[in-house]
Amino acid sequence: MPTITIREALNQAIREELARDERVFLMGEEVAAYDGAYKVTKGLLNEFGPKRVIDSPITELGFAGLGVGAAMVGLRPIIEFMTFNFSILATDQIINSAAKMLYMSGGQYNIPIVFRGPGGSAFQVSSQHSQAIESWFAYFPGIKVVMPSTPADAKGLLKSAIRDDDPVIFIEQERMYGNKGEVPDDPDFTIPLGVADIKRDGTDVTIVARSLMVPIALKAAEKLQEQGVSCEVIDPRTIRPLDIDTIIESVKKTNRVVLAEESHPICGINAEISSQITERAFDYLDAPIKRVSALDVPMPYAKNLENLVVPDIDRVIAAVKEVAYIE
Amino acid sequence: MASKVIMPKLSPTMEEGQIARWLKKEGDKVSMGEPLAEIDTDKATMEMQALSNGVLRKILINEGESAPLGQLIAVIGEPDEDIQALLSEAPAKATTPAQPPPSAPEPEATPSPQTNGHAQPSVVPNESGRMIVSPLAARMAAEAGIDLRSLQGSGPGGRIIKRDIEAALTEPATPAAATFPRAVEPLRFQTATVASASPYRDEPASEMRRTIARRLVTSIGPVPHFFLTSEIEMDRAAEMRRGINALDPELKISINDIIIKVVATALVQHPAVNASYQDKFVRYYEHADVGVAVAIEDGLITPVIRSADVKSLSQIAGEVRELAERARSRKLKPEEYTGATFSISNLGMFGIDEFTAVINPPEGGILAVGAVTPKPVVRDNEIVVRQIMRLTMSCDHRVIDGATGAKFLQTVKKILENPLYLVV
Repeated sequence: MPTITIREALNQAIREELARDERVFLMGEEVAAYDGAYKVTKGLLNEFGPKRVIDSPITELGFAGLGVGAAMVGLRPIIEFMTFNFSILATDQIINSAAKMLYMSGGQYNIPIVFRGPGGSAFQVSSQHSQAIESWFAYFPGIKVVMPSTPADAKGLLKSAIRDDDPVIFIEQERMYGNKGEVPDDPDFTIPLGVADIKRDGTDVTIVARSLMVPIALKAAEKLQEQGVSCEVIDPRTIRPLDIDTIIESVKKTNRVVLAEESHPICGINAEISSQITERAFDYLDAPIKRVSALDVPMPYAKNLENLVVPDIDRVIAAVKEVAYIE
Repeated sequence: MASKVIMPKLSPTMEEGQIARWLKKEGDKVSMGEPLAEIDTDKATMEMQALSNGVLRKILINEGESAPLGQLIAVIGEPDEDIQALLSEAPAKATTPAQPPPSAPEPEATPSPQTNGHAQPSVVPNESGRMIVSPLAARMAAEAGIDLRSLQGSGPGGRIIKRDIEAALTEPATPAAATFPRAVEPLRFQTATVASASPYRDEPASEMRRTIARRLVTSIGPVPHFFLTSEIEMDRAAEMRRGINALDPELKISINDIIIKVVATALVQHPAVNASYQDKFVRYYEHADVGVAVAIEDGLITPVIRSADVKSLSQIAGEVRELAERARSRKLKPEEYTGATFSISNLGMFGIDEFTAVINPPEGGILAVGAVTPKPVVRDNEIVVRQIMRLTMSCDHRVIDGATGAKFLQTVKKILENPLYLVV
């Protein structure tokens, strides 16, 4: 299997789906002539032309709505937000139109649309450009929310998202575009939505991590293994629908849980996962569920402060030791 | 600001107190914590401490006079302060004391583990009585049939966690079960309210036990006594006493000290005797806190040798001497003469051969000890002279049945006649 970056994996997924289904088109700010702000859409304009790869004006609400309308009449739009921070402007179309349409039309209109782009923290882009807002979207019935952490997952999940008949929020991590990994080159390689992946097997503590936190959790698990603590790292990959069964199975085995995320702790996805674990595996818990989240502050610009806000390996290790009653 | 000095509650049963002696005169400076007066309670003479700084402005109750609890007995204030408002309250009872009564007899709290530098003690016995246990550990214990009360949690705040259950599962059956037949699993005792008093565990009284209690209580007054007498050959005990005192005359071990030790040893071997009936349940004690009746000028008081079962003879002898001395000068604190699990009354020094003692409720029994006298006895068909002592045990039939008491007394006799059992 070739080793490629997440950026290249996403590019392959979009290219393959554009080639596979002529109803698929790509629209967003700078996606065409500029090859994408993060070069995810590199070369696609050349290959598929301006009818399939479209530069939009800087009007998130406008082109998101245009995408929803196109989906209603049978196209399969991929709408890129330069970052998900800007999707905030488009939330009316995402939440009130895309997510509700199938229900409110009595099943007449599927909205097969993908809203994708980078989210989470980057490097020193401060409060307004460093937000992990997946819990906003995951809150609403009618939307699927996907967050890959490896090149293979990025490719397989994006292809599934594009083929899915419902609106999908597909959040890439801004810091992770350059992360490399092996990706199958089979053009029909897909990963089903709603299926978690056990990134590392373990017996003592379950760490549930997604997106940026997955490599951090894996490094923490490696260090903990040296101290004799065996961590199982689970990446849900899809936040909604959530593969809670895989998490519950793991908790039943390890009896201890650490939930890592780079979003704020209050009303975050981990609050939801924690609640579901308590509901379904209470009798298997040997310690309170421990969350590791970004600090509950707007992201600071200063590098040293930014480093304090985003969870790191040490914080994950400390949480694991706490639930494992070590030291 | 002037503050009131009220008659404090200095013993659990005290209703009024008599000023034995004022240790300060009107006009004397007093500071917080300084002894202010000596007060005779129903049991002892206790020191009362000042709870504020200032000058003892006014004494309202003179030496020899009594006052009920809570009554204003003196005023402490600034030298030139107007205390008329406070004085107008006397001698009316202070219904809402301006200050809490001094807590002189309050047992000192055992030092908290926090003080030795640990932010969180790894094991805290559930002082609140609430058991902390992880959901997993609770389920594992239920499945394995482990009594969680028998475990000490190793998690934060004493939380019982998975590894504690696993440890309990791999532990071999407790060898204590042999000498403590009631205990199938290690027993969990609660901390007593009186400092250093024996921890206890409460077990629901069975229907039969409650019926026995109900019926018997109507027989001989509130506590249904019955009596068991045993004749003990004291030659070996006397020999042991001589031997020990020959080693170190300072030890001054008495026969009574040996009896205390032997009784305590027998009590922990017979937990059913080291118990008290508490209406709805029977309380079993972990240790033998032995009350020793001491005759004092105008009555009787029973200082308690705490955990006599784990103390050495010399420790017991020393404590008995010291407590008896203070009992005679009425200087015992309430926690020193209450809360025994069993008592011993010895009238041997008065030449009494045999008598019956009255149980000090809620204790389950009391042992009346007679004089040791040389007597002719038959041994191997020969008449020989032996040092004979008669013990009569009064039992509370609500907790101790005839056979239970008899077996206990048998153990006492066995050890007293062969005191080497104390070391095996």
